[in-house]
Amino acid sequence: MPKKAPPTAIKEQSMEIQKSMIADNFRQLYDAPKTDQKVVSTFVPGNLNELLMCFDFARNLPEINALQNAMRKRTGRMIMEAERAGHSEDVCTYVKADLGMMAQGNIGPTGEALPTPDLLLLSYTGCFTFMKWFELVREQYKCETAMLHVPYQGDGVITPNMREYVVKQLKEDIIPTLERVSGVKFDIDRLRQYLRQSAKAEEDLVWVLQSAKNKPSPIDAYFGGVYYVGPIFSSFRGSEGAAEYYAMLRKEVEERVRLGKGPVTPEGEMPEEKYRLVVEGPPNWTHFREFWKMFYEEGAVVVASSYTKVGGVYDFGFRHDPDNPIETLADYCLGCYTNLNLPHRADMLSQYVEEYEADGLLINSIKSCNSFSAGQLLLLREVEKRTGKPGAFIETDLVDPRYFSAANVKNRLESYFQMIKQKREGNAPLGAAA
Amino acid sequence: MKCFIGIDLGSTTTKAVILDENLKELGHGITNSRSNYDIASTVAKQEATVNARMNLVAQSLSDIPELSGRLKELLENLERNFRLEQFMESLADLEMVCRNNAVGERFKGFEQGLAEALIVTFQKLRLEAPDLFAPGAKRKSDFFRDIAGSRYLAIGEAVAKDAGLAFDMMLNIYDRSIIEVENRLTGENLKEMIMKALLRTLEGFSELSGVSKLVENAVKDALDIELEETYVVGTGYGRARLPFSKEHIRSEILCHGLGAHVMYPKTLTVLDIGGQDTKAIQVDDAGIVDSFQMNDRCAAGCGRYLGYIADEMNMGLHELGPMAMKATRTVRINSTCTVFAGAELRDRLALGEKREDILSGLHRAIVLRAMSLLSRSGGIRDEFTFTGGVANNEAAVDALRALVKENYGDVTINIDPGSIYTGALGAATFAHRAV
Repeated sequence: MPKKAPPTAIKEQSMEIQKSMIADNFRQLYDAPKTDQKVVSTFVPGNLNELLMCFDFARNLPEINALQNAMRKRTGRMIMEAERAGHSEDVCTYVKADLGMMAQGNIGPTGEALPTPDLLLLSYTGCFTFMKWFELVREQYKCETAMLHVPYQGDGVITPNMREYVVKQLKEDIIPTLERVSGVKFDIDRLRQYLRQSAKAEEDLVWVLQSAKNKPSPIDAYFGGVYYVGPIFSSFRGSEGAAEYYAMLRKEVEERVRLGKGPVTPEGEMPEEKYRLVVEGPPNWTHFREFWKMFYEEGAVVVASSYTKVGGVYDFGFRHDPDNPIETLADYCLGCYTNLNLPHRADMLSQYVEEYEADGLLINSIKSCNSFSAGQLLLLREVEKRTGKPGAFIETDLVDPRYFSAANVKNRLESYFQMIKQKREGNAPLGAAA
Repeated sequence: MKCFIGIDLGSTTTKAVILDENLKELGHGITNSRSNYDIASTVAKQEATVNARMNLVAQSLSDIPELSGRLKELLENLERNFRLEQFMESLADLEMVCRNNAVGERFKGFEQGLAEALIVTFQKLRLEAPDLFAPGAKRKSDFFRDIAGSRYLAIGEAVAKDAGLAFDMMLNIYDRSIIEVENRLTGENLKEMIMKALLRTLEGFSELSGVSKLVENAVKDALDIELEETYVVGTGYGRARLPFSKEHIRSEILCHGLGAHVMYPKTLTVLDIGGQDTKAIQVDDAGIVDSFQMNDRCAAGCGRYLGYIADEMNMGLHELGPMAMKATRTVRINSTCTVFAGAELRDRLALGEKREDILSGLHRAIVLRAMSLLSRSGGIRDEFTFTGGVANNEAAVDALRALVKENYGDVTINIDPGSIYTGALGAATFAHRAV
């Protein structure tokens, strides 16, 4: 029987551009061995993209590979492959998808082979798993590893000491390593130039994300948001292309605001905004469209999310600063959402609920993520208490399709939406017309 | 009469509740959820209508002074005879379908023998049917599928043996036929069946012959009251499959919260253990849900777990609780995995543990899991209402009481005998609010 073609998703122009940017990066990685370009693998939160660009590295981001593979329904097999190799069911599924992909020939999401990296740069340790992940990968690639240790914001502040510690590592360890591996001399003016582009893109991104304060919100700051943060969280921050992309995106959204339009979903424009939510936690990638549909078909729009901050928190004023190029890299790494402690996260999420006039906080807790799922129920209670708005909790996974139970998630979401509706209608006495 | 109907389509059973304009319950009904949700909800609604009719009949008959002192007995007999009528109707249907199914390639050469064996089997089934519905008779279940199934197996096996036929063939015919019978509606002539049951009942009350006309008329009057289906709200696991539009569907979490509030207005925390999910719900003083937690994709420790255990022990589901209550000690069991339930049970038996002690442990294990959900939802607040099918299980209730006391001290625990209808009651209340 011929396979039924999946329905074509309706996308904004910016989404198409974003898609081709990501595809270009995979092509660059594929070509790297032929063009003798050096390759670095590094993680999204706290990535030093501008710095890496100074050494002409092609940038490979394993989480992006895993999520892109998941959206193409490929991670199930990869995860099983990793499990066959001895990794237990509870291990982070990003890790297993990556290891499984390598075991199956290291063919990337676009069908092009991924190169063997020349360097593994671990620039963030807020998630302990990252360290273990590279330890496992290093075994196989037998390549050099550099680690930038970023102190955790345990007390909710970045002290001068913490900043100096990161700067010192950058100057004395990371930059010399990058020079040695790449054979390119470090040029601080080149870095300044990239940082200028970053700041421009960041300015526009913040504008776009904050446009969700409008009613109706012109964007979905979670499902749409993951497209928007794609370039800046991956290998494009600092590039001219990214700055252009965000300027274009901003124009697109400005137009939507002007016309009073809601977000674009895969099935077209959302006709009515019924619920405004703040979401904590990454989306599920294996059933991304199905998951999104559970929201938009009920008229639920996500107006702010913490996931769109994991690769950099910009909405409280931080911008990459070309005048203090090394220090700004340190501040960026220290300030990523993943490096914030629970009280800080509670502050931020409560603030979002208030400022974006949301109906409440929804947490999508990731089953195989031990670092960030810990304490989420506490977060939920705290935000509920502070804002007086009801919260809800769902559980899925990043890229393991076995962990997505559609009926269960839908049940909880529908209950949550109906709960919000009930609350809104007020505590009408029993029997009173609703 | 305006009626507001709530239907709770659960994974195991489907429940319906009918309320009148003043939110007074007119009737409730239950059936097994089958592959056809549409039929399941219609049957549940029909059962609730039967119950409502019986209640109206009771009300109508209570006005006849000559019946005083005998009314309860009369009504019980009426209900039993009605159930018998209902059973006979389905049985006739089943026989017809079985006979139609006893032909074809598979049964070649045995058709004649099978037809005869079926005639004999159903004759015997019909003959013993009145005993199944006699006063004080105990049935493992009230659902036609269960009663007819267990009796067909027992009688059919003997008949097949006598006829020199392989019982497998008889079994195959039954399996194919019961699904067909179950998935079509019977009892559309409800009023007629009640009248028939009434006549059969009055035969046993010869001393009332003087007022029999009066009784018949009173029953007729009650049956003539029009029950207008004003608004229906569906809920439960299968709610999306109900033939209702979106406005007529509510989440079971909201329905259980509101249903518990209607039953016990001081309720602040609700625990519902259903067939496939367990829900811990916090409600405000108007029964509106504040927060909730439910089990994820795994149904470990839910009602279905007890179902498997019952199957494994070859017992009826409702026999588990009483057996567990006989325990002298509680075996510690940590696994509530439904899939491993059988293995766990056999392991324990092999270790020489007593069945009742193991069962006691299994009940505690279920409740422990529920306690974890409760704490994640914000803990137990006073008053605490336990709902769902498992709330009818005394061993589970016992374990819950002990663990609540241990963890939260003295808390008022409400358990309504009709707790299985909580979701449907909430849905019916929503139906009333919607108009």
